[in-house]
This record gives sequence, structure tokens and C-alpha cells, in this order.
Amino acid sequence: MAGSAGMLRAVSRGTNTGRLGKSVCSSSSRKAGRRQLSSTAPRQADITLTVDGKEVTVPQGSALIQACEAAGANIPRFCYHDRLAIAGNCRMCLVEVERSPKPVASCAMPAMPGSKVWTNTPLVHEAREGVMEFLLANHPLDCPICDQGGECDLQDQSMRYGSDRTRFHEITGKRAVENKDLGPLVKTSMNRCIQCTRCVRFANEVAGVEELGTTGRGNDLQIGMYVEKTMDSEMSGNIVDLCPVGALTSKPYAFHARPWELKNTESVDVMDAVGSNIRVDSRGVQVMRIQPRTNDDVNEEWISDKTRYAYDGLKFQRLTTPLLKQGDRFVPASWEEALQAVADGLAASGAKGDEIQAVAGHLADTETLVAMKDFVNRLGSDNLALDQAGGTAPPVHGVDVRSNYLFNSTIPGVEEADVILLVGTNPRHEAAVLNSRIRKSWLHTGLEVGLIGERADTAYGYDYLGDGAKALADFVAGKGAFAEKFKAAKKPMIIVGSALAEQADGAAAFNALAKFVEKNKETLVTDEWNGFSVLQRIASRPAAYEVGFVPSKKASTTKPKFVYLLNADEVDPKSIPRDAFVVYQGHHGDLGASLADVVLPAAAYTEKSTTWINTEGRSQLGRAAVPPPGASREDWKIIRAISEATGSPLPYDDVLALRDRMWELSPSLVRYDARERTSSPIALAGLRALEARTRGAAVSGRAFVRPIANFYMTDPISRASVTMAQCTRAFVKGEEYGFSGSREQPEAAFA
Amino acid sequence: MLALRRSIALRSIARRGLSSSSVKRSDALFVHRDTKYNNPSIPFEFSKENLTKAEEIIAHYPPQYRKAAVIPLLDLGQRQNKGWTSISVMNYVAKLLGMPPMRVYEVATFYTMFNREPIGDNFVQVCTTTPCMLRGSTEILDTVCSHLGDIKPGETTKDGKFTVIEVECQGACSNAPMMVVNDDFYEDLTAASTKKVLDAFAQGQKPKPGPQSGRHTSENSAGLTALTSKPYGPGEFCTPEFQ
Ligand code: SF4
Ligand code: FES
Ligand code: FES
Repeated sequence: MAGSAGMLRAVSRGTNTGRLGKSVCSSSSRKAGRRQLSSTAPRQADITLTVDGKEVTVPQGSALIQACEAAGANIPRFCYHDRLAIAGNCRMCLVEVERSPKPVASCAMPAMPGSKVWTNTPLVHEAREGVMEFLLANHPLDCPICDQGGECDLQDQSMRYGSDRTRFHEITGKRAVENKDLGPLVKTSMNRCIQCTRCVRFANEVAGVEELGTTGRGNDLQIGMYVEKTMDSEMSGNIVDLCPVGALTSKPYAFHARPWELKNTESVDVMDAVGSNIRVDSRGVQVMRIQPRTNDDVNEEWISDKTRYAYDGLKFQRLTTPLLKQGDRFVPASWEEALQAVADGLAASGAKGDEIQAVAGHLADTETLVAMKDFVNRLGSDNLALDQAGGTAPPVHGVDVRSNYLFNSTIPGVEEADVILLVGTNPRHEAAVLNSRIRKSWLHTGLEVGLIGERADTAYGYDYLGDGAKALADFVAGKGAFAEKFKAAKKPMIIVGSALAEQADGAAAFNALAKFVEKNKETLVTDEWNGFSVLQRIASRPAAYEVGFVPSKKASTTKPKFVYLLNADEVDPKSIPRDAFVVYQGHHGDLGASLADVVLPAAAYTEKSTTWINTEGRSQLGRAAVPPPGASREDWKIIRAISEATGSPLPYDDVLALRDRMWELSPSLVRYDARERTSSPIALAGLRALEARTRGAAVSGRAFVRPIANFYMTDPISRASVTMAQCTRAFVKGEEYGFSGSREQPEAAFA
Repeated sequence: MLALRRSIALRSIARRGLSSSSVKRSDALFVHRDTKYNNPSIPFEFSKENLTKAEEIIAHYPPQYRKAAVIPLLDLGQRQNKGWTSISVMNYVAKLLGMPPMRVYEVATFYTMFNREPIGDNFVQVCTTTPCMLRGSTEILDTVCSHLGDIKPGETTKDGKFTVIEVECQGACSNAPMMVVNDDFYEDLTAASTKKVLDAFAQGQKPKPGPQSGRHTSENSAGLTALTSKPYGPGEFCTPEFQ
């Protein structure tokens, strides 16, 4: 019996389903779940059983399917997914267990010590063939026109267990189910659905979309929202990956390519500062789609919709050739002319020392930041600004100690925290994948969340403490119920939004927080735990802080005469002096390019192999999947060429030499995939310095505003993307789709 | 009574063919479409008396399992809402229990006893499962349909007094054939007694529920075949000291 009863069961299974070792050991220390009906039984011991004559040892409480996997036996499956609750409704994973009269669904059966399991007997084959026949009875035979073809579990497994002829002779034909409209991202073809409920479990457990469910029952069971509604979540694209058949496919990618035509390149995402691991699938010179790559320390197996679908922005509004401004028109030029124009412009502007300004934007890679900084320094300037509000002044938190601006608790560390205070941030928009971790923890443990700043729908419940510095002061003073809970917590955590430093009361807020952390250092900053975490939202920002791409005090007051916009597209045009000579380097004809005298076309993140530092300070290597279009070049090479043209050449000729230079600046920049912890005495010293620097900062009492108003458009790539524009219309403005039901969303979601 | 009833599918007896699956021309039954009579802007709230009842039902469950009350509350809502569960009823129950509306929709669509379309004043459910069928339920269904003015199962009479559907076993097989009208069973039916029952309802009366054949319950209609002798009383056949 599937349907709602099945769902209730699925939800109550709780945390037992995470990845083998990890979930079992991380959940052992937790208090009983409050929002789920049951919580995981604490881990007891390892047990040993025999699978196909091979002995395996697995932690107690693992599912039989995990034990079989550990023994190297491949179990076919549709509904089981190791990051979702167990449903046990597809019956494809049947195995034979000694002394059991019937075959057993291995995903829903706990592994028992000493049991003997066979995964490859005639009985098992017959059972699986039977299941397959039933599944295919109502499944359309439309593989040639199905987008899942080539990566479809049903197709693959029917090669093994399917029959070559049909016994299905129903005159009435197969079941027909109406397609659902889930919005501009997910295309549905519900005839193909095999009711595994993976999408429903993902939506409810991970994404926090509690509108998706199953209606009806038995043969009539269908997936949907019952009322007409789109799936409003920034994680919705993941259900496309989860769906084992072609029922849910990607709308923007529909009928564009077959998986076997694609070249896969493992890379890193730059739409936010999480650094999600991605796989870029390309055909020829075009990026066809972006898929997640598993990395338990960063994004698990999920990516946000912006990460997944903004790639079509790489095709539009690209700069493909150098441009020179003549009058109020841009004319194409050769690289030689353009470089000469930059050198001449620099000379003609008469900029000396700090009057030469470089502004680093959202999508500047680490190599380029280093080259840019070296180049500007060589010209005698320290005027290294960042493309954000107040970016021309040194940042409040300073950049001397890494832990002042990094996500110190680490991303998986979020799941260890028992109380989280969010200050001036909405993680749902600033780091969607991280937000789903908070939700996971909120759902399965007794995690308490508090929020200071603008109210937001976070996909979990929170205590709202207030909107600005006053609420923070009250919290620090220990007033209110939440402050009390925070005091009592064993592993408390403060997530500070990167935008806090840009707020009017930023300095005062950081001062209060630094004092608070110092006072509570026994719980907040210990040898194992650092609960003071700054959540960066911009891919290039942690790297900029790491390499010291910030202005000196003196430089920040100097009026620039030569401005170099490095991927800077958020600048306030008024902040650039009228008579300054402006160079823009980047890949999209966005705001920055329109302000420039010389435009230099560069490569986007899918077109260059560069280093990215995520909000934790983890350095990861992105890889080029396609060549840069037209005459555009890799970013750091452009700067190297300019340094030559201006007569102060940089001392590196290839990327290896440049990475040696990065190593000199900070070895952690090139220790890929590793993350270095700041020791607690240094972290505390950093906070003390921060406190001293911001002492006496004025408080205006203005509310903290959230930096991201539209999740779907935050950088030149997503602004150029048609898909993201459609998402904006559908989800941010709510156009086009007739909503039935009340639109008011509960602040706290219930499992 | 709690047996699950087949959905008001468009099944007609005449068209019953060889195939076992029912013909579905539309799946509108499992998705909601806004209509004039059924849309979320139509207000629904428990009456005062039902609210007290609802609170009592909720009190049966521990506070963290409030949502366990969803089925009884939907039933209460259905009764208050003229026998059918509108989208407003579901939304109201969801709000009352603090659960996402979709979880309520799942329950309401799973159980066929929640009518998601309006029904007539009297709800006639004719059982056509095997035991009833062997005892002539086809005739009963035909009688009901033709007597109510040639309607088909799943339809409501023009005057809005009756809705007829076919259902699966109601657990009264020993008194087959049977039908349910509103909350009561009418058993041991014949074409004549069926008409009589329906006529009574049409006039706003309520005939006596139970077997219409003169039986009390499900005793043998041919009279007793065993245990016919007088039962012996206490002390009989005992030694004198125990008498
Ligand atoms: S749509 Fe796909 S993921 Fe969802 S239940 Fe159907 S087959 Fe499973
Ligand atoms: S994978 Fe085990 S029942 Fe579906
Ligand atoms: S078969 Fe009709 S009541 Fe059981």
C-alpha cells in the first residue's frame, strides 16, 4: 500500500537513512528528535553477517542494502536513496535471506547479526523480474523521446531484469496521468512516474517544500501538489537528478542532448561562496548542463537551482572581442590596440600611487586577484577595492586573521550545532545548500535557530529576535528566552552574514559579537569547535580577503584617476570619478562594461582552470570545460599582458609560477580540497583585535537589510540567463502561474 | 462502516468488460480544480458545537501528535459541510492541526469515504463485491439506478435528493445484498424492499435500518438447525450435593 500511509512511515523513519558511517556516528550524540516522530537509535556496535558467502561488518542499524553494498553486491533499486528516508515501496531491491519464506526488501530491512543473505539466486532473479514486469505494466514505452534515456535507472535495470516480450494485454491501455506544472525548471511527464516518492521525500525533508505529496492510492496514486502550484524552492532542480525515470526532467535542457554525447568536466560552482562541487557537461564549445558532484564536506549531493540552471547565461551578452570607447560608442579592437590603449590611458590619466584603483567583483578568480594585486602594488598603489557597499574602505573585520571572515565551524559542522543564531543573513538565499543542512538538523535534532535581521522564509522555524543592532545588544546582554537557550547550549553557533560588515551598524555589531564570543569562549571557541562563522555570499570574496585584496586606510580616501574593474558589475556608477580612465575586464556586457573606456573580454568560470576559495577557506580547483568564446582570454593572462604593456612586467609566465606566488602569499591557497583550521588562541586574538578596532562605533539603530532581494539574479551570468529570468517571473514576482490556495506561508514548517 | 469505498469512478455496470482495470477518462479526481462551488476562498469553519467536539478529539492524542486527529476532524468537517469535503474543509483542518495542507490532501484523497465533490441529501452506496454480487447486487444496483430516474453510479438525481455509488465490501456479507444510505445499513434487500427504502427516504422519513427481510440480525433465515433442544440450566445433571 503506497500513498499517505506510506508517507507517514517514510517521515517517521528519520535519520536512520543518512550515509552509512557518517549519519550513524553523528546522530549518536543527539537528543531525541522533536520534530520527527522518532529519532535514530544510538549506535551500538558493529555487526557481522554473510552476503553471498562473504562476511561483512557494518554498523548496527544499517539497512541490509548497505551491508550488501559493503560486500560488493550490486542491488537494483528505485526508491531507496541513502540521503533520504526509507520508503520501501518499489520492491526492486529484493534479496533472499536465510529462514525467510519470502524474498526481503533489503532497503527496508535492518541488517541482522549472523544472517545469511543471497543476492544472486534464481529466486531473487525471479522476484526482481516480477517487480520489473509490474513496473513496466504502467510505464510508457517512449524511451526514444524521453530525456532520461541513457541515464535512466528503469532502462538500465530492465536490460538486466526486463522481459523481452509483454504479457500486458489490457484493452483499456496503460494508466494515464496528467502532467503537473512545477514551474520553469522541472518538466514533468507523469505517465512515466513509478511512484518511488523520492521527489516527495526530497521536497519534504531537504528542500522544505511541504506542498509536494502523493494523492490518491494504489494504481491511481499520483505525485503532485493537489492544488495548482509551482514548486517554489531554490533546490528544486535536485528532484530531476533523483527521479529514477524520466518523469521529472530538466525543462531548460529538454531535448538538447543525450548523456553519451556530453563531455564531463569536474569543476566548482561560483554562484555563491559555498563552492558546490559540480560537473559541467559540455558538447563542443557549449555548456549543455550542470550537475552536482558528491562532496560530503561541501554540498553533499545537492546544488541550488542557480548553480544548476544559470549556465544558459554563459551564451548571452558575452564579450568576445576587446572594445574601445570612441565618443559614446564601443568599437572592436585587436588585443594589441586594446593593451596599448590601457597603457596610454594609464599614462594620460596621470594617476600616481593610490590614484590607481582596482575593483574586484563577484566572479574574479584567485589567480587573477593575486596577479591584479601584484600589478597594482607594482605601480605603487594600495587602492584595492571590493565590489560591494563600502568596498572602497578596509573591511570592518580586517583580513589579518582568517577566522574573522571565514565560516569557521565548517559546513558539515552546522549539523553538530545545537543552537544557531543568524545575524543579518538569510542562508536560504546566500547559501542554499548550507540552508538545507540547517533544515536537516532542525528536522532531526532539537536544533534551535534565532534570527536577527530582516524576516525571511528560511524553510525551518526560528525565534525572531529583532531587526538590528538593538536586538543584538539585547541578545548579548543575555535578555530573552533565546539568549538563555544559547547560554545553555553545548555547541552554539553564530552565523554572521557577509552583508553585516556592509550595514550602517556593521562595526558596532561586529564589536558586540566579538565581545560576546570572548565572554563565552568556553563554548564558542574551543580546541574542537569554533562557532563564530561568517557566511560569505560571493564566490571571490574569501579569496580576496585571503590574498589581502583590500585597500589601506590612506588609499581608501584617495580619489582614483585610473580605475580597473575586474569583473566588477555591481559598482555604483556615481562612485567612479568622471575624469577617471576606466578599464573593464570580464566576460559579460553588464553594468561594468558600460562604464569602461576599454573593455577586455575574459573567460567565465567554465572556461578557465582556476582556484576558488569557498566560505570555509577551502580551496578548490575549477576546470575548463569549454574554450573561452571569440578573442576572450584567461583573466590572469590579460593582467600579465597589461603589466608588460605598461612596462612593469609581472614575474610569472605560466600558471604554475603564478601558483608558486600564491603559495608564497598563503600556502592554503594551493592546498586543494583541504581546509585549515585557525587555532583557538589565534581566533580569539583576531576577535580581540577586531573588538579594539571597532570600539566606540556609533549605533544608528537602522535595521539590517538582506543583501539578496532576488535569489535568481545575483551576478552577470545569472542576470544574462533566460532561465533565471523565468524563475524571477514565476517565483519572485509570482506572475504567470495561477495560484490556488492561500499564499501565506507558515514561518515555521512542520514535518 | 470503516471499510474503504471505491472512488466515485465512472464505472457503469453495462460497460463492464473483460479487463479488470477501470476506465478513467480524466484524473481530475486526484487533483483539485477551482470551481465556483469548491475553491479556497469559500469560507469554512467548525460550528461552535463541532469545535468543542474537535477539541475533544484532539485531546485524545498527545500534544506533539495533534495531526493524528486529521481523519476524525475531516469526517467532522464533511458532516458539517453537507456530506462532502471541500478544499476549504481540508485547509481549515490543516490550519487547526498546524500541519501542511498537502498532508491533509494526501489523507483526504487516500480514503474514498471522503467525498471531494458535492453529494445529494441521501448518499446511497450499493455494495457489489463478490458475496453481494452472488446474492444479486447487480439487480439491486439496477433497481436503485432506474428507480431514482435512470441515473448512473456516481451521479446525483436532478432534485439533488440522492447520490448513488458502487462500493466494495462493507462487512455485512452475511446479510447480502446490502446498501448503505447515509450512516445506516439496509440489508437482505430485494428489488421491492430497495424501492420501499428509497421511497421512504424520498419522503424525508428514515426507514428502520438492518435486514429488510424480517430477520433480526444474521441468524439463519431457514430457522435454527443446531442447538434446537432446551439448554440445560445450572445444576442439571450434577450430583445431588451440587444441586
Ligand atoms: S516523479 Fe520520479 S522521483 Fe517522483 S515518485 Fe515519480 S518516479 Fe519517483
Ligand atoms: S529500493 Fe527497496 S523497496 Fe525500493
Ligand atoms: S460483499 Fe457486500 S457487504 Fe461484504
